[in-house]
Amino acid sequence: MDADLFTSMLFATVVAGTPLIITALGLLVSEKAGVLNLGAEGMMAMGAVAAFAATHHSGAPLLGVLAGMGAGMAMALLFGVLTLTLMANQVAAGLALAIFGVGLAAFVGKPYEAIALQAVPPIRIPFIADLPLVGEALYNQQALVYFSWALFWAVLWFLHRSRAGLVLRAVGESPASAHAIGYPVIRIRYLAVLFGGAMAGIGGAFLSVFYTPMWAEGMVAGRGWIALALVVFATWRPLRVVVGAYLFGGVMITQLFIQGSGLQIDFPSQLLSSLPYWATIVVLVAISRNAGAIRLNSPMSLGKPYRPDA
Amino acid sequence: MLELEARAEPSRLMSCLSPLLAVALMLAGGLLVFSALGKDPGEGFRVFFLNPIKDLYGISELLLKATPLMLCAIGLAIGFRANIWNIGAEGQFMLGAVAATGIALHFDASDGALLLPAMVVAGALGGAAWAAIPALLRTRFNANEILVSLMLVYVAQLFVSWLVFGPWMDPDGFNFPQTRMFGDAALLPALLDGTRLHLGFALAITVLVAGHAFMNRSHAGFRMRVAGQAPDAARYAGFSAARTVWTGLLLGGAAAGLAGMAEVAGPMGQLTDKVGSGYGFAAIIVAFVGRLNAFGIFLASLLMALLYIGGEQAQQYLNLPSSISMVFQGMLLFFLLGADVLINYRLRLRRRAG
Amino acid sequence: MSDRTPPPAASGAPPRLQLEGIGKVYPGVVANEGIDLAVRPGEIRAILGENGAGKSTLMKIIYGVTRPSAGRILWEGQAVQVENPAHARSLGIGMVFQHFSLFETLSVAENVALALPGRPALDELSRRIAEVSERYGLPVDPRRRIHALSVGERQRVEIIRCLLQHPRLLILDEPTSVLTPQAVRKLFGTLRQLSAEGCSILYISHKLDEIQALCHTATVLRGGRVSGECIPARETAQSMASLMIGRALPHCEHTAARADGELRLRLAGLSHASDDPFGTDLQDIHLDLHAGEVVGIAGVSGNGQQALLRAISGEDTLAEKFPVQICGVEAGRLGPAQRRRLGLCFVPEERLGRGVVPDLSLADNALLTAAYSQAMVAAGFLRAGRAHRFARRCIEAFGVKCGGSGALAGSLSGGNLQKFIIGREILQAPKVFVCAQPTWGVDVGAAAFIRQSIIDLRDRGCAVLVVSEEVDELFEICDRIAVIAKGRLSPARPAAGATVEEIGVWMSGMWPGAEPATHVEAANA
Repeated sequence: MDADLFTSMLFATVVAGTPLIITALGLLVSEKAGVLNLGAEGMMAMGAVAAFAATHHSGAPLLGVLAGMGAGMAMALLFGVLTLTLMANQVAAGLALAIFGVGLAAFVGKPYEAIALQAVPPIRIPFIADLPLVGEALYNQQALVYFSWALFWAVLWFLHRSRAGLVLRAVGESPASAHAIGYPVIRIRYLAVLFGGAMAGIGGAFLSVFYTPMWAEGMVAGRGWIALALVVFATWRPLRVVVGAYLFGGVMITQLFIQGSGLQIDFPSQLLSSLPYWATIVVLVAISRNAGAIRLNSPMSLGKPYRPDA
Repeated sequence: MLELEARAEPSRLMSCLSPLLAVALMLAGGLLVFSALGKDPGEGFRVFFLNPIKDLYGISELLLKATPLMLCAIGLAIGFRANIWNIGAEGQFMLGAVAATGIALHFDASDGALLLPAMVVAGALGGAAWAAIPALLRTRFNANEILVSLMLVYVAQLFVSWLVFGPWMDPDGFNFPQTRMFGDAALLPALLDGTRLHLGFALAITVLVAGHAFMNRSHAGFRMRVAGQAPDAARYAGFSAARTVWTGLLLGGAAAGLAGMAEVAGPMGQLTDKVGSGYGFAAIIVAFVGRLNAFGIFLASLLMALLYIGGEQAQQYLNLPSSISMVFQGMLLFFLLGADVLINYRLRLRRRAG
Repeated sequence: MSDRTPPPAASGAPPRLQLEGIGKVYPGVVANEGIDLAVRPGEIRAILGENGAGKSTLMKIIYGVTRPSAGRILWEGQAVQVENPAHARSLGIGMVFQHFSLFETLSVAENVALALPGRPALDELSRRIAEVSERYGLPVDPRRRIHALSVGERQRVEIIRCLLQHPRLLILDEPTSVLTPQAVRKLFGTLRQLSAEGCSILYISHKLDEIQALCHTATVLRGGRVSGECIPARETAQSMASLMIGRALPHCEHTAARADGELRLRLAGLSHASDDPFGTDLQDIHLDLHAGEVVGIAGVSGNGQQALLRAISGEDTLAEKFPVQICGVEAGRLGPAQRRRLGLCFVPEERLGRGVVPDLSLADNALLTAAYSQAMVAAGFLRAGRAHRFARRCIEAFGVKCGGSGALAGSLSGGNLQKFIIGREILQAPKVFVCAQPTWGVDVGAAAFIRQSIIDLRDRGCAVLVVSEEVDELFEICDRIAVIAKGRLSPARPAAGATVEEIGVWMSGMWPGAEPATHVEAANA
């Protein structure tokens, strides 16, 4: 492989992995608080369309990202009201959010189809971007790529070094105990769910404003679900989320490069395109075989409704 | 302020009333949406909810649309009752359609009476085979069936698209992504002259009745219910967890596959890359709104079909995107999930002290 | 147990805590009504009452976990409204919960930090933990994770967590149910030391002998109300019992076992690694159970009882056939339904969600285990009539108070539900009957009835195995007693002639012929 190809594939891999990292880290935090939100796909779709619309009207990608974040949080709030206040089944409510979010995004996005945004220029970090092979790929990137790295460190620090993170993990492990020693379980879970929504919204914004600066129905294409799978794959550890996201990014990019390379291989493009989905399944199987590791690491109250008795 | 207070026992009355409450709230929400979009709510309501059923043909179209929904939903309900979250009915639907299409294309020249039954069986097997993947991975490797079945939807979509762009493409079809039209022997006969309503509807009703008997009268159905409500009790009683997973997924897949078969052998008459039109996902809503029981699913599928057709009408007459029906469907499920709180809790007005 | 310190003299100071007319109403249940109570500084006051008398609700009110619907609380003479547990702690109230409020995957220090105000640094905190554990004789390593600790150690963590906040009132909810008799004595030593330093203690229990050994005063609850106050030292167990349940303690008839029964259940070198990461592995367990005898298995909870019962019931199947033999059949690889066909009936520890499905009717719950033996299924379809008839038989024969065979299992009280489950299993005429915690959380009347039913079943020639954490109960109904500790089972010895003290020593893993204990807990117990 020549150096230019390597650099451009690495660049594309990092770009493809970024929305997964951002979304999956958000989901990880909300799952650490014990809330399983399967609606990531819907939150990302709404984030994508809101970000696209805001960027289109204002011309400012930053406003777009904020709008995407807001839309993700609004969806997450809906989920929170259902599951935390009204104690609906988290799986059912998450599915509802996924279906509804995708539908609503298609509906409100209709006027924005077939419009292209101006591409947002990358931010070049002086000096290190000149490193051979990796410099151009890693340090001449979109702002949100750098954000995803910062987010990783922030989540890592928050969960394992901060008092608030300790409380969050405690709530996810045993809400009844956390309530008994006096923590506001429901409020903490709301915050965690909103954070998850905000990140999924930003992940969606990355897709429609930076990755492919356009909006099309179905453009999230299962990334929300893949992000959910990533959290399981990572056994709820942030570093593994990042590694896993880049692996997925690599799979996506490799099949695109093969399709685009003009290599005369006799394999239909549709079947190549299904590779990332098969990869998700394979990875899930590989990690789930070890039921003990999953149980040891998964937040113990994950998906279980909790209501303090007044 | 309003507070929730736990009921001593779940209210059976509210369990029946909450879907109705959800429908009412959805209608109210719909009127708000129409006015927010600058449309006359009354007009919107008429176009969306009344136009589709104003004559016999309209009603036949409604039943036609409801057919795949009720088929998919009854299969899903069996699994959902056992906490088997098969959300890949959309993919199983497509594979059922593919399998049935395979039979229809392969025996193109045949006009035998066995062709349709063979397509029915192939459809069910195709769907079941696709659902067997998450079942196998769940029972063998403990892989989450939600994510696996969902991933397989995307795979199925790409597979269908490969078929109709590639080996199965109609040579005389001007490069449209579709197969040849089926021969008459491979098409489900109409139930009512002058309408598109076909035998598949009768098939769906039969499956509903069978599903009801299975869930409420059979020992296997009882075991599934226990597994869903109290997994530890199922283990204590000695009900096999693996069998529960297999039963839930295979029956769900078979029903969805049947629905896919009825779609290609019914209104479509061929396989195209648009075969999966979201029925498999909408069926999840149907199953919940129908309270996971057969009669409820029948009513809920009619309602959801109405929302689909209403969306098409809204596109035609109100110049709104047809995806508005997905907004309504989503609202319906949200309101239902919210209203369900009243089964276990009552609302109470209380002044907060101090 | 005679080293009791005298109650502190009454002084002019106001009581540390005073309750006036406290009431608490849940939907459909009055948990507390008109409760008055006072605790002086340094006083150890027992709150005595049987299951469901309202003790735990009252303590949750004091600790701010729930709010009272009526009455007022005075803290050192000042009326207060305890907003939440953090507020209670800031007032100087600490509580040790019956079901611990600890977090399994966090370390001891992290668990303690969660309950302290401010943001203590973990290193500094570990030092303080070591200090307190030294001073009060509560050894525990601050760096270890909770799931690696024994139940006794977990309780120490709970107590240390309270003591670090220098409480002036300490509430303990049934603290001894998880301890060996020796560990109970050590705990009492700690509590007396605290009392001597001026800390008031509310000690919740239903165990009369412990209250007599420890407490200066007692408030007795019955049906959510105060039914009397007393000084335990001046009472007899019988007089306190009649305050508690309104009559004398019931007693069951227990004749000697027939010695000639055939072998019904044999555990032949049963070993099983737990699939729960926090579970206990079973190691080489041997036991012979004969027709016509009751064998009891004592032990502190968390020593492998769950795993043992699952291995016997078939909820966990084994890799080999021979370690579990039921009526002569090697059954190690059979599932629960197949073992039931060999004549095994089993009552699990958890009732709701395992023994019964709460949202199903009693008739449907009869189907859970009796479908085969009572022929309730024909050609794959349910015969609802037979299920209802069998459920009605259980209800009548065992005096289950409920709304008939169609009542939801979840609507029954704990005692009635347990009577239904035990009835369901006993009426299938088992050859081997295995019962976990037969009377846990059950009122005294139902408990006596259940114990008598078990003895009657034995007299009809059934082989009975009872696993319980209540040693007294085992002495009441068992012919032989074995002890489980850290996944190993002691030999079974005749109950007649054994003492509670002796069984207590065994409970820490030190029975004759046992391998030397390696665990800290054993050395400390």
